Amino acid sequence: MTVRQLHLAATPPGAGRPDAGADDPAGLGPDAVWAGTRAGSRIAFAAYERLAGTAERGLFDFLLLDEEPPLPEHRGRPHEPAPAGGPEPVAVLNALAGVTTRLGLAATVNAACAQPYELARGLATLDHLSAGRAGWRVAASADPRTGADHRFAGHPDPYGRAAELVLAARRLWDSVTPEGVPRPFAHRGRHFDIAGEFGLPRSPQGHPVVIRSGDSERAREPAAAWADVLLVRHAPPEQARARYTDVKRRLAAYGRAPGDLKVMSRITVVLGDTEAEARERAAGIRRLLITPRHALCAVERIWGTDLSGHDPDGPLPRTEPRARDRRTRALAARWRALAEDKGLSLRETVIEASGRQSFVGTPGTVAAELHRYAEEGAADGFLLAPQLPDGLEEFVDRVVPLLQERSAFRTEYGGGTLRSHLGVPGGTTDDDG
Amino acid sequence: MRGLVHLAAALDLPGVFDAGAFTALARLAERGGLDFVTLDDSFARPGPDALGVLCRVAPATRRIGLVPTVTTTHTEPFRVQAAVATLDWVGRGRAGWRIDVSVTEDEARLFGRRPTAPADALWREADEVADVAARLWDSWEDGAEIRDVADGRFLDGDRVHRVDFTGTGFSVRGPSTVPRPPQGHPVRVVDATDAHACAVAARHADVALVRAASPAQAAGVRDRLREQARAFGRNPDTLRVLVSLLVDLGDGEHAAEPGHGGGGPRPTVHGPLYRGGPVDLAELVASWHAEGVTDGFHFVPVEPRRDLERLVNGTVALLQHRGLFRTFYPGSTLREHLGLARPANRYAVSGAPAVSRRAS
Repeated sequence: MTVRQLHLAATPPGAGRPDAGADDPAGLGPDAVWAGTRAGSRIAFAAYERLAGTAERGLFDFLLLDEEPPLPEHRGRPHEPAPAGGPEPVAVLNALAGVTTRLGLAATVNAACAQPYELARGLATLDHLSAGRAGWRVAASADPRTGADHRFAGHPDPYGRAAELVLAARRLWDSVTPEGVPRPFAHRGRHFDIAGEFGLPRSPQGHPVVIRSGDSERAREPAAAWADVLLVRHAPPEQARARYTDVKRRLAAYGRAPGDLKVMSRITVVLGDTEAEARERAAGIRRLLITPRHALCAVERIWGTDLSGHDPDGPLPRTEPRARDRRTRALAARWRALAEDKGLSLRETVIEASGRQSFVGTPGTVAAELHRYAEEGAADGFLLAPQLPDGLEEFVDRVVPLLQERSAFRTEYGGGTLRSHLGVPGGTTDDDG
Repeated sequence: MRGLVHLAAALDLPGVFDAGAFTALARLAERGGLDFVTLDDSFARPGPDALGVLCRVAPATRRIGLVPTVTTTHTEPFRVQAAVATLDWVGRGRAGWRIDVSVTEDEARLFGRRPTAPADALWREADEVADVAARLWDSWEDGAEIRDVADGRFLDGDRVHRVDFTGTGFSVRGPSTVPRPPQGHPVRVVDATDAHACAVAARHADVALVRAASPAQAAGVRDRLREQARAFGRNPDTLRVLVSLLVDLGDGEHAAEPGHGGGGPRPTVHGPLYRGGPVDLAELVASWHAEGVTDGFHFVPVEPRRDLERLVNGTVALLQHRGLFRTFYPGSTLREHLGLARPANRYAVSGAPAVSRRAS
């Protein structure tokens, strides 16, 4: 029996949270350490060049770049502790196509303001310029503030719009014959009413790879219907297995095979020479992430109170949160219980409550655990979100070789297209897969 | 004494969708020291996304300016400015943006959101898009990303600004999601051939492209544009006016056909066309430049693969030899090539209220 091979993808430090916002009323935001000498600017192209080069050296399936959300605000001002600002992802990926040769290049697209024609054209361009390496993550839920910056946004049915956007884009791509002859297309749906001729020949992949993210029913069913990759939150093995089984089971209804949709979970990894050292590093990273100012902002968000002057090393506020919604109140109650149980200060509580790293250990134990997820049918692969500026390098240098030793990861790229890396069937014949 | 002439070339290659050909041509133009290359774009014609192509070209080049056409009629102003700013980041300060509108009913059907409108209305909107783009580029002051570790602040909130722009057909709150690009404002280019585009060129453009078949015509157009720019409160010396010329160098070193050389190019339906050899073209450039009727030329080769090579190795080499064109790039940004200053940020006095919307 052949060993199940993993798929690996990377995002820039702090990006690619499949569920950002959804379970994060505290707006904990930073998920990567931005301080320190090795942490470069988030906007300079050199940082992306380096990241893509490392991912390609590690033979990763793809790099995923998120669209920048509107600048985070806190009490009506820019939220100063959170890293913010970044480039437009598709433009950067076009440039990265020139400095990489095999790595898949995927961008998050906000379905709330994307238009099918412009989107399909932009992605087909990327697919042509990269010789078949384009992918896109369809983000259905938009920050409501996006509407304030766009002519056409703020639609009442973001999930329906996202699904129709995928359908319309594929209709555009399919309107060109394999010989490259454009045929008139027309699409009329609830969200779009468009017609004409598509202006590009069929791109190398036919359809750039579609990525959907989320754990909920609203993500699973559409993913089963039309996505090539489903990005999910990291979960313990048993829960991940149940989820994996549930997602794969849905594919048959759409005439698809279980392998046609890859389930990849977003993970953070902390390595050490010993287990103890790794645990210590992991705790150190969490302390770096949650600065005193950050901890105060997080609590202010949940409590809805001005805490300037409050001591982050003192206790949580004695008052009850002003927020009315059940989720926020429940979260506040959990935090209070945690603080009282363990006798934690405000900042310690935030550090304790904020996300734990997914895999903490030596390269050997981490490789074994990752492999086990694939072997046991809990995930097809992982999206690595580095927390430290060198996080991806470290993973590529120390974990990837061990995965290869286990035959759990490729030792060279088999094909040239992202579809061939992922082993998902394409809208066109892939002669190098 | 006059400064050096400014030269640019179009890379338009109908029917080409892979990266190699565009990269090769851009590198050729860069070898000739050209100020910038343009890549035209329209939803009405087949072709790849021009900004995407020039992003792809950016890492393969080092100095040459990269100017894609990006239209304003069916696109989101916020996204357009973010994409142009990103090209500037990716190209390390070499981005331009040729502003254009979508006039046809066919283009409107591709988007299905709004019917087409008369050209004057579309250009009024393009004017607002050009305006709001510059505001959004300024919405992050230089150095707003402070990474103050001791204080735990990534951003200086006082140096990031809302733009609160309300146009006739759209509004934008801001700030941008992209920090201020390396050039401050990427170079805005407007083809001022269409009468409705003239006001946009005079008000917002760093480079205006004009059509002229004779030195007298070129001088007239340039004087009018400079006068309009002055009326908008600008210093006209911040506007470069380049004569856009179709060039056909297919006949090698043959002398320019009658009516193409010293007497000026021949008018055609697609604009003035020069047909002849690269030597006579250099002569034309030198004499128009000496008369002071233009700041330079934007060449649109009828057969780019053939003509660009002849332009660089023939025309440009001669102009360099005569000391009329640069032999290397002393600067690294497109603004530096064009001799244009990096603009001050309108929000730069932290905490001060934004200047009124129509002021520039």
